[in-house]
Amino acid sequence: MYGKGILKGLGVTLKRFADTYLDDIKWLGKRYYTAEGIAHRSSKDARGIFTIQYPEEKLPLPEEFRFIPFLVYDEGENGEKEIRCTSCGICAKVCPPQCIWITRTSDPKTGRPVPAPAEFYIDVDVCMNCGLCAEYCPFDAIKMDHDYELASYDRMATNIFDKERLMKSAAYYAEIRPINNTREEEARKAKEAAKAAKAAARANKAA
Amino acid sequence: MTTPVQPLTLDLAARFPDAVTPDERKGYSGWIVAADKLVEFATALRDEFGYDYLSSVTGVDYLPEEKMEVVYHAYKTTGGPGLVFKVQVPRDKAVVPSLVPVYPGAEFQEREAWDLLGIEFTGHPDLRRILLWEGFAGHPLRKDWQEAYYEAETKPFKSRWPSGEVHRAEEKNPFGANVKYPENFDPEKWVPEGENALYGALAEYEETDETGLKTDHIVINLGPQHPSTHGVFRVAAVLDGETIVSLKPVMGYLHRNHEKIGERNTYLQNMPFTDRLDYLAAMSNNFGYALAVEKLMNVEVPERAEYIRVIMAELTRIQNHLFAIGMFLNDLGAFFTPSLYAIEERELVLDIFEAVSGSRMMCNYFRFGGLTRDLPEGTLEMIRGLAFDRLPRKVDEIDRFLTENEIVRSRCVGQGILTTEEAIKYSAAGPMLRASGVPYDIRRADPYSIYDRFDFDVAVRYNGDIYDRYLIRLDEIRQSLRIVQQAVEQIPEGPIQTGKPQYQVRVPAGEAYGRVEGPKGELGFYVVSNGKPNPWRYHVRAPSFINLTAFGPMCTGLKVADIVAVLGSIDIVLGETDR
Repeated sequence: MYGKGILKGLGVTLKRFADTYLDDIKWLGKRYYTAEGIAHRSSKDARGIFTIQYPEEKLPLPEEFRFIPFLVYDEGENGEKEIRCTSCGICAKVCPPQCIWITRTSDPKTGRPVPAPAEFYIDVDVCMNCGLCAEYCPFDAIKMDHDYELASYDRMATNIFDKERLMKSAAYYAEIRPINNTREEEARKAKEAAKAAKAAARANKAA
Repeated sequence: MTTPVQPLTLDLAARFPDAVTPDERKGYSGWIVAADKLVEFATALRDEFGYDYLSSVTGVDYLPEEKMEVVYHAYKTTGGPGLVFKVQVPRDKAVVPSLVPVYPGAEFQEREAWDLLGIEFTGHPDLRRILLWEGFAGHPLRKDWQEAYYEAETKPFKSRWPSGEVHRAEEKNPFGANVKYPENFDPEKWVPEGENALYGALAEYEETDETGLKTDHIVINLGPQHPSTHGVFRVAAVLDGETIVSLKPVMGYLHRNHEKIGERNTYLQNMPFTDRLDYLAAMSNNFGYALAVEKLMNVEVPERAEYIRVIMAELTRIQNHLFAIGMFLNDLGAFFTPSLYAIEERELVLDIFEAVSGSRMMCNYFRFGGLTRDLPEGTLEMIRGLAFDRLPRKVDEIDRFLTENEIVRSRCVGQGILTTEEAIKYSAAGPMLRASGVPYDIRRADPYSIYDRFDFDVAVRYNGDIYDRYLIRLDEIRQSLRIVQQAVEQIPEGPIQTGKPQYQVRVPAGEAYGRVEGPKGELGFYVVSNGKPNPWRYHVRAPSFINLTAFGPMCTGLKVADIVAVLGSIDIVLGETDR
């Protein structure tokens, strides 16, 4: 019969249309604006409408999500910010669009370089969010952020991020990437323990 | 299917005395052919030795040796490894006979080599610039060509560290000053000769009556700004009434000289740039590039990483084909309902990409000798759920929804036919080639990675029309699901990276051609290393670009409205076409 294919196709559309409302009834108002509702709508069991009502609703971000790097600082005893970056320059060297600029600090008296950046800039208009800087940083000092709401009215004034703007606390990092953070903490602790053991062995030897 | 026995002892030097010599440079392979014997050699290769498929044509500028080399990769459509042959000519007099009469699939690729490297192909039917505009000064892939704003030969740039002065890109590269014109060139007074050349290339079809009045045929432009061309893409067509007499695609509006960027990047820096080629299939692009560089570096990939690579590549194919079908239906006029049904499934696949790589589309997931990171917890379950439960169901639903639809059938069946001979001749690749009755799939014909372990069928259809190109994508989704199902069942535990992750890899001098069966067809990366941190030559064999060679012949005889349907069935992505 001519037109059978079209009718069959319309049947699919009708089923999809009905599914949305059936799911609404099944979930009784919990389908929208709740965490489990959002999780359901983006799961393999979702039926019917699957859109997210942004900005009222937001998709949960996977841990590995990456958007614009930031610099991690540890909180000191008196609340001062101890930046982890040693200005080794690996991130600037590995950056594919070359959007990272670093100036080394040098000791005012001796003129020798000090392992901390004097200035650190990222041109976020140029950054391609590839995450290579975070991947190859040997000090866990630069990490990719989860904050993607960066729209501004004046890109000229706001879109070159300086060191102040880039710095975020280690606690924030632990919050957005708990699994990565735990793994790195453990690796750091193991390294420090090995170092301490080595130092102790050396002290023993000397004594 | 067994791998065909390859006559590895193929002695071309004996067959062509004084014209052909083996390429004996360290790290190189193949044959060097004398320029004047090239056409004869290629004809013999095609007719006597069975290398009927010319995959890639490109040039390399060997500046220190003052030589320009044209590199050809030919394959057999019956499968097996390929044959590389090269022609060397002096740099200042780079003239090579065109291979278009032997392999018509070389047409766009030779134009590209002329455009970017300034190699002249004698006997080419239509040698014009293809990616750049006609007022462009020089040939940018030549090693002595420098852009108008020039900071350094290669990355990393010294200015970023340790003295790092912050500058906006546009301060260093202001609009208007970032263009270099030929001498005595005034853009205001410029008459686009290129347009005349383009229409001139089409003019042979125009008819003139005895009074000299042009009759019948008109030229129309579809695009560059047209919602159905999937980007900024232009088609110039000569019409007789409403029937297409001849047609030429015009591209390059999105050209950014990806290959020059690649040659200035370090090997690793280039990985995220490959994402931006075919931005619907980033994982496949990563795969091809990683294969090429791994061939040069000679590193092994751990077992688990291979499995993850295959899973990701097949998921990429699934979501790409879903998107292709959806957008193709858009082109047919089924406005957005089918495409959104397809995009819904695609979103679920992209969720997986986001979970493993951190980004939905610009994945940047592969590394030389492995991967960035292992699958995060729960991802394998997500993949299992999609591969065993949801996607098979949904593919069947799309099948039910569209395949028998009378409007789809009347628009597609028997339209835009590409015959088997034409498909091979024009170097069509991927679904286009297989819909025309050539069961050629690199995963089977010349297996890479671990594809030889999986049980799947090479999808093939025989009519070569638009409808078959739609059906073959459904077939391929089903086959890819089979591969993913097997891979998630078999995946072993273990490391995902050989050696320590390095940001500066050592790549020995030599050449390598890595090719994968991308969703759009054969995606090849030709990389030449001279041992430095940056590749000397980096070329992409882009399926979207080369598949367009057959676009004109396929459209001839159809109506204007069918151009869009044919283009949709080829499935191009302009990021890859224009590079």
